[in-house]
Amino acid sequence: MTVHPVARPGTRVLADRPAGRPRYAFSWSRLLLAALCGLILLFLIAPVIIVIPMSFSAAKYLSFPPPGFSLQWYQNFFNRSDWTSAMIQSIRVAFTVMILATILGIMASLALVRGNFPGKDFINVVIVSPLIVPTIIVAIAVYGVYARLHLVQTFVGLVLAHTVLALPYVIVNVTATLRGFDIRLEQAAQSLGASPLQTFRFVTLPTIAPGIFAGAVFAFIASFDELIVALFIAGAQGRTLPMRMFEGLRLEIDPTIAAVSSMLITFSVLVLLSAEVVRRRGRREL
Amino acid sequence: MAVTAPGSATGARVVVDPRMRRLYLRRQLGLFGLLLPALLLLLVLFAYPILRLLVTSVYDQGSFSLEHYQRIVQVDLYLRVMRTTFTIALQVTAICLVLGYPLAYFLSTLRARTARLLLILVLIPFWTSILVRTYAWMVLLQRQGVINRWLIELGLIDEPLRMMYNRIGVLVGMVHVLLPFMVLPTFAVMRGIDRDLIRAAQNLGATPLQAFLRVFFPLSLPGVAAGSLLVFILALGFFITPALMGGRTDIMIAQLMEDQIRTQLNFPFAAALGTVLLLVTLVIFVIYNRLLGLDKIFGGDVS
Repeated sequence: MTVHPVARPGTRVLADRPAGRPRYAFSWSRLLLAALCGLILLFLIAPVIIVIPMSFSAAKYLSFPPPGFSLQWYQNFFNRSDWTSAMIQSIRVAFTVMILATILGIMASLALVRGNFPGKDFINVVIVSPLIVPTIIVAIAVYGVYARLHLVQTFVGLVLAHTVLALPYVIVNVTATLRGFDIRLEQAAQSLGASPLQTFRFVTLPTIAPGIFAGAVFAFIASFDELIVALFIAGAQGRTLPMRMFEGLRLEIDPTIAAVSSMLITFSVLVLLSAEVVRRRGRREL
Repeated sequence: MAVTAPGSATGARVVVDPRMRRLYLRRQLGLFGLLLPALLLLLVLFAYPILRLLVTSVYDQGSFSLEHYQRIVQVDLYLRVMRTTFTIALQVTAICLVLGYPLAYFLSTLRARTARLLLILVLIPFWTSILVRTYAWMVLLQRQGVINRWLIELGLIDEPLRMMYNRIGVLVGMVHVLLPFMVLPTFAVMRGIDRDLIRAAQNLGATPLQAFLRVFFPLSLPGVAAGSLLVFILALGFFITPALMGGRTDIMIAQLMEDQIRTQLNFPFAAALGTVLLLVTLVIFVIYNRLLGLDKIFGGDVS
């Protein structure tokens, strides 16, 4: 699960500081609390950070601090076709999933926010349920059906299964921005002669773009990080990067994984930053 | 058009003029059409497979049978897996609560800017692949790992501690993955608590501790409940961490399911295990929904 991907609540956590918040004066108990929280934050962040220096280690085995600087593990990664082909496969799958889930997700979000048909609440639940059901269950259930449809070990099969898991992220983010969208803007555009498609392209789309961007990013990551469904469906030929890493960790702890991990951490920090930038820009325009 | 605005109770007002009504219905039909591709995908590749899984679990050689469920309760090994799964999920939830509550509390007392900065330290691991984080813990905890070397160099221990391939490794790895799921909802609720209430309690003579226990703590409980239920559910279905850092005897239900399919080729039995896991998950979610509402989890906006 990618717990993944399990629901990753968005990053928009802070409201402005509520009025009347008391200032906390210095006290020993407060200092103790601060120290404790420092340790907890260290517990959260240290493992992620420690991987980066290790990936540049000159040693043949794991040691920290590393005895010298070397790019051997990165070299190893890019020279070995089992690693590079897994990475290329993951990017291909995740990119296709992102496009598919974003298009289907925007369409569904419009229907869910604007529509008024029977069973809408039920449909809402169905659509987020892939986030609730443990991934292992989705994996074996889809595997059972795929075996009959001959979709096991196919690119299409993996993409479709990942799209099911990615779709809720797009829908949650796009419906959130759509709800804040003032529908009178569309009415104004249409009364000035715009077609429904033009209205969507030039009025709706630019306004909800931040939600779409966030949803697309989540969809990409949901697929890119996904292991369990891929484990059942992808097969040795279509091995993804998480599958290759999982094998590597099961057999021996190969420091090449430190190099892969550092690249992935850099990637997720960049994603986090770009989502934040887009969100801020979106807020300013509104 | 205003009739379709979400959240407005105007649906009933529509229907006076037949021409308006036709337009309205056509628009609704068009909107439903937009929903159709996503709905079809979910029905074919999610709802149907899971339904089929449930059906498979009550069939044995072509006829109805509860054989697979009986096996779960009768075979010691499988009962132990169930017990281990629940115990680990409970332990992880308890640890996350103990670590997450003070952290969320502390963050909620800071100025927004400072809290936002510190929250990045929670969000970066949250956004990092579980495999990467599990790898990091394996590097830290293994026999020749970073922590053991440092402890030996410092002279605190003579023999390396066993912190991996046993329960300790699983708990550390899982808590690391699940702690943000506790901190974020708890923090969001605490942030919304009106601090004037606490000041009022203190003006009325409560000590800071009393004010915390009798005013702040009860108000923070919805966040705690949300975080705990979420962590517990996610922990029940965990696969990656126990598979990589767990001991051979400490097997969780997801590992058993994977093993039943990939090495024993026993799909119906795995389906029965999956059904049990699914039912437990759903029951907890119904409770969650009653208490807090599903939208609380999935809202892209925690504030």
